[in-house]
Amino acid sequence: MSAHVDFRQRLEGWRKLSFGVGALGLAASAWAWSTEPTAFARMWLIAFLYWIALPLGSLALSMLHYLTGGAWGLAIQRWMQAAMRTLPLFALLFVPIALGMHELYEWTHADVVANDELLAHKAPYLNSTGFLARAALFFAIWIGLSLLLAANARKHDQGGGEAALGRLRTISGPGLALYFLAMSFAAFDWSMSLEPHWFSTIYGVVFILGQGLSTLAFTILLSSCAVRDAEVGSRLQPSHVHDLGKLMFAFVLLWAYVNYSQFVIIWSANLAEETPWYLRRTVGAWGALALVLIALHFALPFLVLLSKGVKRNPRVLGAIAGFMLLMRLADLVWYVAPAFAHGAEGADHGGGHAQSPLHWSLITSFVGIGGLWFGAFASALRSRPLTSLPEPDPRAAAAHH
Amino acid sequence: MKPKFPIYGYLAEFHDGDELLAAAKRSRAEGFTVMEAYTPVPMEEVAHTLGYSTSLPWIVLAGGVLGACVGFGLQYWTSVIDYPLNIGGRPMNSWPAFIVVTFEMTILFAAASAVLGMLWLNGLPQPYHPVFNVPAFELASRNRFFLMILSRDPRFDMKATKVFMDGLGALSVKEVPH
Repeated sequence: MSAHVDFRQRLEGWRKLSFGVGALGLAASAWAWSTEPTAFARMWLIAFLYWIALPLGSLALSMLHYLTGGAWGLAIQRWMQAAMRTLPLFALLFVPIALGMHELYEWTHADVVANDELLAHKAPYLNSTGFLARAALFFAIWIGLSLLLAANARKHDQGGGEAALGRLRTISGPGLALYFLAMSFAAFDWSMSLEPHWFSTIYGVVFILGQGLSTLAFTILLSSCAVRDAEVGSRLQPSHVHDLGKLMFAFVLLWAYVNYSQFVIIWSANLAEETPWYLRRTVGAWGALALVLIALHFALPFLVLLSKGVKRNPRVLGAIAGFMLLMRLADLVWYVAPAFAHGAEGADHGGGHAQSPLHWSLITSFVGIGGLWFGAFASALRSRPLTSLPEPDPRAAAAHH
Repeated sequence: MKPKFPIYGYLAEFHDGDELLAAAKRSRAEGFTVMEAYTPVPMEEVAHTLGYSTSLPWIVLAGGVLGACVGFGLQYWTSVIDYPLNIGGRPMNSWPAFIVVTFEMTILFAAASAVLGMLWLNGLPQPYHPVFNVPAFELASRNRFFLMILSRDPRFDMKATKVFMDGLGALSVKEVPH
């Protein structure tokens, strides 16, 4: 056995560091906001969508665990509870998107909508008031659910026993359905409507699965960092790591499955209003990135995670999880950024469409939101237990599976 | 080939899984390698202790790869070589459309090789096995845990092995006739 590392101490160090780095990133992003508001709003949206995946994925996986049970959930439940406590922060971080709506979405321009039959037809849904009202509703649902779960999880911690667990299950059933609906429409509103002529009903599911994958990768990475900690390490068994590895493997497959489903349906139908979305994303550098995603977001983790030894080794699995977190960003950039490269499908209206789809403020916004988020996450973990796993009991270990 | 010993092995019966696991560990430390354990619930750690390993994952992987090749090859051959047909101006080798069948064939071949490979490796169906000659053995599917040291083990000895197994704290140690 290697010497125990006090994970809390490291977490405290990371917390301070990420608040500091986050503040720098936010300051640089604020400067981008004042000088290039359009580029800033676009990059902020990508960074926002990347980081909100962790609290929202935590909310969903946490409810999934209350419904299904299993030791895998106990291993990461504390990370997820801390992550979902940061949701109010994202309501605040949404403000630049709300303010930059006019920069981001062409359907907010009355003159564009007036001259576009399809957008005029969609206007009863796709309008500024509706967009803001729905965003408020989404956050109300998510934050409400996270508060309900937190309150009952606390009762369960304080010896609430079966009654508290029963209430958690009762919340989780409808809660999961509400999360699915809210997240689907949030993906339609915030990201899909960047190209308002295009539509895909599976689009929300793609985002939901991405959030699940991001959350699993993040919690696995964190568990692998904590595996030598006295509090976590003594309880986290290879079987738990194995289960988490299997789940990440399943999410990698699901990601490929839904993305392929969306692609093959549009490819087969070959309709002029559906194919531009893929045409934009399969030419030039975006086409290269698409191939990189197939190779590194799917094929590589798929092949590596086939191995049982890899899935049971917390360090190797943690490294793969870190790599997946990077791939999640590449996937999100591929999904969102090409929308910024074109005008309103050939028509030339609105300002700033000639700009490059990427901007340096992607890095500052990514670091800014990420630093702030991780700091808040680590703060939420302070003075709370790091794992829900029980002390290892040889009988329980033997009964697993 | 005539067996070296008049019995198939010794069978020790235990009350619970922990006792079995401890006994398996001690037997392993004593140098026995040809052992079997029978439990009413799956116990990964016992299999691990007994040095169980299987090549089944590789058979399944090979089956899956073969299935993918057959699935894609079948479609490629029919659509590109044997009977090229222009469908909506799409390329002959329309790989996006081939993926569904390729995927299904991968699963089918992998699943079939898992079942057949499992039967091939474990030798089932097996109408006769000496261990059933011990009447108490039927409890292996209910609430008892069994450890057997086979007489094929290089370290097996009619007397010394019996003495060793008696010291494992089992409920009983029985001879398993051939």
